[in-house]
Amino acid sequence: MEQLTADHVHVHHIDPVEEYEQSKFGMWLFLGTEILLFGGLFATYAIFRAKYPEMFHLDHLKLDWELGALNTIILIGSSMTMAIGVTASKKGNNKLLIIMLAITIICGLVFGFNKYLEYTAKFAHHIYPDTSIFFSLYFMMTGLHMLHVFIGLIVLLIIMILAIKGRYSASYNTHVEVGGLYWHLIDLIWIYLFPLLYLIG
Amino acid sequence: MATGTAATISEPSFLEYKSGFRSWFYTTDHKRIGILYLVSISIFFIIAGSIAIVMRAELFTPESNIVSPHTYNVLFTLHGSLMVFFFIVPGISASLGNFLIPLMIGARDVAFPKLNLGSYWLYLIGAAILLFALLEPADTGWTFYTPYSAKTNTNVILLTLGIFVLGFSSILTGLNFIVTIHKMRAPGMTWHRLPLFIWALYSTAILQLLATPVVGITLLLLIAERTLGIGFFDPDKGGDPVLFQNFFWFYSHPAVYIMIIPAMGVISEILPVFSRKPIFGYKAIAYSSVAIAIISFFVWAHHLFVAGISETAAIIFSFLTFLVAVPTAIKVFNWLATLYKGSIQFHSAMLYALSFLFLFTVGGLTGLHVGALAADIHLHDTYFVVAHMHYVMIGGTVMGFFGALHFWYPKWFGKMLDDTLGKIAWFFVFIGFNVTFFPQFFLGVQGMPRRYATYLPEFESLMKLSTIGSWILAIGMIIMAYNLIKSLYSGEKAPDNPYNSLSLEWQTSSPPILENFKEIPVVTDWSYGYGKKG
Amino acid sequence: MNWVPEAASSFAGKVDGVLWFVTVLSIVFFILITVLLIYFSFKYKRKTENDYTPHITGNQTLEIIWTVIPSILLFVIFAYGLIVYKEMRTPPGDAVEVNVTAKQWIWIFKYQNGKSTINELFVQHNRPVKMVMRADDVLHSFFVPAFRVKQDLVPGMYTQLWFNPTKIGTYDLFCAEYCGTGHSQMLAKVYVMSPEAFSRWEKGDEEETTTFASTKSPEELGKDMYSKNGCAACHSIDGSAGVGPTFKALYGKNESLQDGTTIEVDENYLRESILIPQAKVVQGFAPSMPSFKGILTDEEVDALIVYIKSLK
Repeated sequence: MEQLTADHVHVHHIDPVEEYEQSKFGMWLFLGTEILLFGGLFATYAIFRAKYPEMFHLDHLKLDWELGALNTIILIGSSMTMAIGVTASKKGNNKLLIIMLAITIICGLVFGFNKYLEYTAKFAHHIYPDTSIFFSLYFMMTGLHMLHVFIGLIVLLIIMILAIKGRYSASYNTHVEVGGLYWHLIDLIWIYLFPLLYLIG
Repeated sequence: MATGTAATISEPSFLEYKSGFRSWFYTTDHKRIGILYLVSISIFFIIAGSIAIVMRAELFTPESNIVSPHTYNVLFTLHGSLMVFFFIVPGISASLGNFLIPLMIGARDVAFPKLNLGSYWLYLIGAAILLFALLEPADTGWTFYTPYSAKTNTNVILLTLGIFVLGFSSILTGLNFIVTIHKMRAPGMTWHRLPLFIWALYSTAILQLLATPVVGITLLLLIAERTLGIGFFDPDKGGDPVLFQNFFWFYSHPAVYIMIIPAMGVISEILPVFSRKPIFGYKAIAYSSVAIAIISFFVWAHHLFVAGISETAAIIFSFLTFLVAVPTAIKVFNWLATLYKGSIQFHSAMLYALSFLFLFTVGGLTGLHVGALAADIHLHDTYFVVAHMHYVMIGGTVMGFFGALHFWYPKWFGKMLDDTLGKIAWFFVFIGFNVTFFPQFFLGVQGMPRRYATYLPEFESLMKLSTIGSWILAIGMIIMAYNLIKSLYSGEKAPDNPYNSLSLEWQTSSPPILENFKEIPVVTDWSYGYGKKG
Repeated sequence: MNWVPEAASSFAGKVDGVLWFVTVLSIVFFILITVLLIYFSFKYKRKTENDYTPHITGNQTLEIIWTVIPSILLFVIFAYGLIVYKEMRTPPGDAVEVNVTAKQWIWIFKYQNGKSTINELFVQHNRPVKMVMRADDVLHSFFVPAFRVKQDLVPGMYTQLWFNPTKIGTYDLFCAEYCGTGHSQMLAKVYVMSPEAFSRWEKGDEEETTTFASTKSPEELGKDMYSKNGCAACHSIDGSAGVGPTFKALYGKNESLQDGTTIEVDENYLRESILIPQAKVVQGFAPSMPSFKGILTDEEVDALIVYIKSLK
């Protein structure tokens, strides 16, 4: 009879392939919930945009679309580096994985810094979440998105640390893959947010 | 019939192998997590139920004499919030689902055991936040309609935050169950050999996953309105109060199916065992669970018929509401047909299952009254709705939950319940429930509005009757609780399969060993192979 | 026993028709299911541990029957509910309009001729009336069981409902959307009056409105005014705090006002507060009291003052 501790209750070994499949499936399901979470905000956007087209047009002009565009490029770039990292991990190239993770994280931090600049600029112009419905949407949507960027950054940081510790290889890279999926979703949401808020008035 | 060897006594059960606080609080064993949930939801059931007893005591007379109107409003807010979010939504899924899913599909645990523990800790965090919310409890009703919820000075933020955290618990549990059911079935356990309880939990998990995020964002927006002054729901800022209602019910209508579908799954398990007959119409029941889950996303605005929505919207939603009644009706007839030519044993679990059929029928049929547009105008926000919802939630879900407790108790705890005491408790519960809630249909038709701390004298006699019913119901619950707890210590030791059930969980020891099965079983048939063919 | 309230509007009977139809259908199915349930339970009660039970797994014909028949019946219920609903939501072109404003926790009715009443709605027998409604603060709902009407009042938008009152009498009006502490006290009365009585009321004959003649003592009249006009929703008489100052021991008290000055509560202050409530608001209270100018007669105001003075 095994001496079982509180944590290691499962004597049986989980097949890594099974674990990979299950984790991927689980992450896709989780991404679905995130889409529904933001979906509520997108629905709110659609409803109020139909109600107040003028306000949306006038207010959106006050947004710094160039900074927003820069952020979009940074985030798309970070998705690319993430994808390269995932491929590297599957090929067993741990060093490239770590470099790519680092670049992705830096991109995420720059994205966050740009958002900080944007928000403080708005506040300096006395534009706050309660200034108008448009700005309520702007701050809520980009704010919730930014929160998810932070969560993503923490997840990627943990993965990077584990990568440095040599946890991943060609035969085991589940975390990298699902972390990458999460990061891609964050990028995808931004790709919708950017034109809706910054470009289409 | 599944093949698998039952565990021998030499290996300790999952209850015995380790003891102490740490072994429970840090467990990743789905069976223990199920118990943790069971205890937690039961505590909240008792708290919220006691609040209801106080409410009904206040309503014994038309005037305010036990509590002030403000306190009454706080009480019904807490009763609803605690019952919905801390008892019935986690409910059968989190407690019995956690315990049974791996056992019933022939797996050793769920797909993500650590996430499972995380879900439970989130439940506790939500409960802890709730405790702080009790300092200046909200008086908005569990539905938090704006503008009142944005304006009231009571503590709305903490209560909604607690619920938000709980939503996470629900989402992650749903996610875990979906992956488990998809990926971890034993060899030979095809989709069409799965027990219907699994089909039910699967459908429920889809709802948990897809609907809960919407209430998450809704509550977040309410918190933002109270803190940042955003005005999506504030007409003074260009917002729309009715938008809140639409968002809220987009989750909360599917949520009521999160509440009932697992109970329906329980009935599908109990009836065959205690009639020794296969479930009638397996595919019809399985697919109707999925159909109900899907259609449930499209009926939310039947809660808004008089809220100021357009006639066209009202008509569409009324039509869809009647549509969702069809798969539900199909199930009831299939369950009834399962009894035909059976060999029926009136175990307490069976009594609960049979009373489910009876009471849920009442609840479901009265849903038709409020689904019909012209009738709903009169009945909306009256005691008729209170009666309807309690018939489906108590007469449906709670009866299913109690039936499940009495059925699977031997498997879970290795002891037999006192069946005589179980029957006595059932009797009080059944009578008490009906005396409490049946008069409320009449109160509603007569025009008694809900959420009223004081009321006109013409409603007094039926209100008194309802209150007396609540005391009978409480007695039944107390007897049942006594039985459940005492049997843990002095109950007869349970055999592996006291009811000769064919499903997998009964083919292993009672309680199961840590690993569930000595060897993963190979499944060759469904679990309803009762009776003689030909 | 009265199953339903009195049917006092033109479509109340039709709503009852829908209710009865659904109920009868429900009872039929309920009896069917219950009888089968009980019959099967006893007929097939277990006799031995080895009873023969057939391995019946389903029957497609039955499945079809019990899918199709309920679907048809459900559609019929839907259609019936819809037909009556359409009538309830289509006011006749000649309906007289009354504006309704709900605020925590009173009903304010404003009629086409400029008259205003609080917590009392006056309508003429057999003449359709359309309520154009709005809430001032939070959600409320206009519900008259006898007419079978209900519709929410929403801040920021107008909602409407109509009815044709077919029976002379007095009916209860409830708020049917939870709106805070005074929700269950937000009661009103609907007076359906004959054309003659109604036109007398319209022209300002106050005796039509009060169901008690002015042979009541001023204190009694004042007490009635207190309960009928919604004062109780905000002003207690037992000293407890509310939305407005308590009336207990109010007369003669020195109150601090919002502008920092102090005033002694006398007859003049009380009268001014009833007619021009925003003039001198007591410190610590919101300036949310509605005016009763044009709603209460001078005699009624006098009576209220006498009543308030009596609350020592």
